[in-house]
Formats: sequence, structure tokens, C-alpha cells
Amino acid sequence: MTTDHSLAAEGLHLSYGDADIISGLSLALPSGDITGIVGANACGKSTLLKSMSRLLTPRAGQVVLDGRQVHAMPAKQLARILGLLPQTPIAPEGITVADLVGRGRHPHQGAFSRWSAADDLAVAEALDTTGTAELADRPVDELSGGQRQRVWIAMALAQQTDILLLDEPTTFLDVNHQVEVLDLLTELNQRSGVTIVMVLHDLNLAARYCDRLVMLSGGTIHAQGTPAEVLTEDNVHHVFGLENRIIEDPVSGQPLMLPIGRHRTLG
Amino acid sequence: MSITPLTPTAEAVVSLRRARSRHWTSIVVILSVLIVATFLASLMVGQTFYSFDTVVRVIAGEQVPGASFTVGRLRLPRAVMALAVGLSFGLGGVTFQTMLRNPLASPDIIGISSGASAAAVFAIITLGLGTTGVSIFAIVAGLAVALLIYLLAYKNGAAGIRLILVGIGISSMLTALINWELTRASQWDLQEALRWLAGSLNGANWESVIPVLIALVILAPLLLGQSKNLSITQLGDDTAEALGVRVSRTRLLVIVTAVGLIAFATAAAGPVAFVAFLSGPIAARLIGPGSSLLIPAGLVGALLVLVADLIGQFALGTRYPVGVITGVLGAPYLIYLIIRINRSGGSL
Repeated sequence: MTTDHSLAAEGLHLSYGDADIISGLSLALPSGDITGIVGANACGKSTLLKSMSRLLTPRAGQVVLDGRQVHAMPAKQLARILGLLPQTPIAPEGITVADLVGRGRHPHQGAFSRWSAADDLAVAEALDTTGTAELADRPVDELSGGQRQRVWIAMALAQQTDILLLDEPTTFLDVNHQVEVLDLLTELNQRSGVTIVMVLHDLNLAARYCDRLVMLSGGTIHAQGTPAEVLTEDNVHHVFGLENRIIEDPVSGQPLMLPIGRHRTLG
Repeated sequence: MSITPLTPTAEAVVSLRRARSRHWTSIVVILSVLIVATFLASLMVGQTFYSFDTVVRVIAGEQVPGASFTVGRLRLPRAVMALAVGLSFGLGGVTFQTMLRNPLASPDIIGISSGASAAAVFAIITLGLGTTGVSIFAIVAGLAVALLIYLLAYKNGAAGIRLILVGIGISSMLTALINWELTRASQWDLQEALRWLAGSLNGANWESVIPVLIALVILAPLLLGQSKNLSITQLGDDTAEALGVRVSRTRLLVIVTAVGLIAFATAAAGPVAFVAFLSGPIAARLIGPGSSLLIPAGLVGALLVLVADLIGQFALGTRYPVGVITGVLGAPYLIYLIIRINRSGGSL
């Protein structure tokens, strides 16, 4: 089981060059939860995620993990607590699944240290958890999109962090594979207590799979709380500029958003 | 260590990893054996043939009439130079290719070698400097051109393909500059400059070998220390950062050491064509994906230069500079790569 960590952004200002992306954002992420970050395109979701994991230095404010500033922590030490799966990681040409997943062990190794039994076990466990064990000796570039995404998640799991950030882990996947990935993350959260924070595009899947939602708009938080609190007709209208209706998802009991466009509606 | 039985998956993981590291080790051993064999052959073969015994005695420091001069003062520095220059080019080349994820990104394609060459030719023809002066010029210019390319290609971090294209452009400009220098050269300087440009081990002596060896002894361990970080950066900058690698620091350290290796080797032996470019891909073929290529590529580079120099000296009737031989070997590979890029629509 994992230990509890506190991860929070305090008065965060983020920008690329002169363009402000996030301005004055404060956010506490509860340990052991699945948190979904949602919002319109270019509202700063990925930027926020990157900054939480030290990839982007804030212009002002700070990200604090267990009382320490993330950007001042030694890189490897942070990488043993907090993992991030970017939206488009690159697989080196011809690399095999087991080898790629093994790269997740990097923060646990020294510059010249050899592989340990713990490394092998962590890789094996990550392969088993993600159901990719039978692919172990296959080149990653020969896999289907769904398999590849499971392999990348396996790499992040081999890192054995208590907190895992994922940037749109379901993009480019068929709906069945989207559900498969989200189920996998849920099991991981329930079985090992891993805190999961992910950017999701699909509001309905986010509402179904996340304990909490954070809805961003224009670089600040528009709403946060349980899916029922966040996914309301007013919030969706405000953030996405979309007429909509919220009903109860008959499968999960969570809110389900139905978009209302200009055409193809009854009456 | 606990003796809990491994799960089937863990057993598979262990055996895959062991198979990969056994393969890596055996390739490295084979390359090393071939290098030692070629190295000894190049000490034995020449106008006078000396036996293996004699060569070993000379290396051990014994005075052997005739052999002590020929082997100790002529052949040994030349062979050590071939070894050191080959290792440097191999290591430097594969570092750039790995870092920029592109086999075209070798220092001899993206202008770093041309930078050193242009400066060396300038030093020979316009300034009339001797060996040491030429070397210093070549080293400083190699580093300066690398910096220039980096700055020109820099935009939120240096991206691979932009750096390569800028480098190819700079390389063409420098080639033009070299040609212009050559048209103004006197007969004597021209010969000297052309010999240097062809990449030659003629005239290698201990004085010219020592700086290359020192650079190698200092820079190669620094580079090898970054080997793991370098292989992690191949997963993309964001992923590498998330795995605890300081990407820009790794990149800077790796560029400086690789350029240093290339610059010192070029200063001593001239831009031996295509060795930096060929070693990495050949090593990748031998080793397979995933494992570190630094050491194998260094060894391939050394073997290439040693073999090419033997061929150039003795196999063809006339003596050819080593760079001519490696050029003949390397050009077809460059053409093959470009054809492959064309077919796959731009990506490698």
C-alpha cells in the first residue's frame, strides 16, 4: 500500500513566453482519490499537470508536495513519489515492451548501478497488472493503440510512485479501450491506493470514473468537487459555451451530460 | 536475498533481460578481439614484416634493432592514433544520433567537422601555422560551430530536425569557405591542406596522439556516465523529466563532451569521412534496439579506422589516406538512408 502524500498548488502562475496560461490557481489534491481535470481546449489542463510534476517552472506561486517545493526537490527523489505519463511519449525504434517498461525503473537506479531483483519484480508486476505480460518480447511499434497505451501505463507503474499524473490517457483510443484503461486505473487506485490525477476530454467518462472533478476555465478553477457538484448544466454552459442537459447516468448513477446543438433535437 | 519463487512473468522478464545483456557483452567482446587483432596486424605489416614476438617485445619496452624505430616510433603511434580517433568519432557520432533520434544527426553531416576543417585550412593556408596551431584552431572552431548551430536551432529547446537542417546549411557554407581558401593557396600549402582534409594518419607521432588520448580519457568517462540518462531522453523530454532526468543539463553535458571528442580527433587526423556517421548505425544493427550503443559504437569506430587504414596502406597497390577508404564505404550508406527517408515520407 502507498503512503499518504499531500500535493497542492499555491497561487500558481504559469506561462509560455508572454502568454499567461494559468493565473493565480490554488488547488489541493486529496491523497488516494482519482481526480479528473476537465475544461475546454487550451484552458491550461496539460500545462497545470506539467507544472505539478516539475516539467514547467511557475512564474509565481509554487507546487508543494509533503511540505516541500516540487521545483526544489532532487529530480530522482521526486520521480520516486510522483509519476507522469505525457500525452505523446516516444518509443525508441524497435524497443521491446519489457525493455520500455524497464525504463520506468530509472529513478530507482544510480548512474552505474546494476539491475536488482526489485527492478525485475517491479517490471513483472507492472506487466501483469496491465495485462501486457504476453507482449513482453514484442516491439512496441508493432502493437495496437490500446496495447501501446497499456504498455506506457505499465512503464509508469514500474516507476512505483504513490501519485500518478496522466495527460489524456484515453486519447486516440476506441471506446472499448478507453473504458479498459479507465478500469485499469480504477483497479490500481482501489487495490494499491495510488493517487491518480488525470486530464480527461470526455466529461461523461470523467464523471463516471473520477472521485473528484476540477473544472478549469480561462486559467483558473471554475468549479471543483464531486462529479455531481461539478458537472451541472450551468457549469458546462459557462465553461464550454454549450447548451446541454444533465441526466442521471443509468449505469453509474453519476451525472451524464447531453449536448444540445442547433440541429437534430426533438422540438 | 529472499527465496520466494518468481512469478512466470518475472521469470520471463529476467530471462529476456539476461539474453539482451549476454548479446550486448558478446558483441562488445567480439569487437574488442577484432580491434586487438587489427591493431597487432597493423604493427606487424609494412615494408618490413615483424613477427608477433618482436612486436610484443617492442611494446614491452625492449630495444630491438630496426624494429624499435619502425614499430615503436612509426607504426605504434599510427595504430594508437587510429584507435583513439576511431573511438572518439564513434562515441561522438552515436551520441548526437541518439540524442537527436536521427542517424543523419552525426557531427560530420551537421557541420561540426566542417567547422574544424575550415579553421584548420585557414590556419594552414592563411596563417601558415604548424601542427599545434592548426589543432588549436580546429578544436576551437569545432566547439564554436556546434554552439552556433545550437543557438540558431534553439527555440524552446533545440529540436532535432531543425538542428540537423541548420547544421547541413552551415556545413555547406563552410565547405564553400574551404574551397575559397584552397583557391588562394600556394602549391605547398595546398598539398598540406588537402592531405589534412582527406583525413590521414600519415605523420601520426606521439606528440599528435597525446592530446587525443588525454581528451578521450577525460571526456569518454563523462559521456559514459550520462549513458543511462541519454537513453531515457529518447522517450521524449516530458517523459524523461518525469523519470527524474534533468533533460537540458544532460543534453548540454553530452553535447559538450561529444563535440570535444570530435574536435580533438579531427584536429589530429582530419575529418576522417563518415566514421562518426557510420559507427552508430552499424553498432545498432549488431546490438539490436534498447541497449546502450555508446561503447559498441566507439569500438565500431575504432575498428573502422584501423581496418580502413590497413586497406588504404597495403591492399590497393597505391597508398590512400584513411579518409578516402572510409568515404568510399560511407557514401553508399548515406544514399541508402536518404532513399529510405524519401520512401517513409520524411521520418526515420
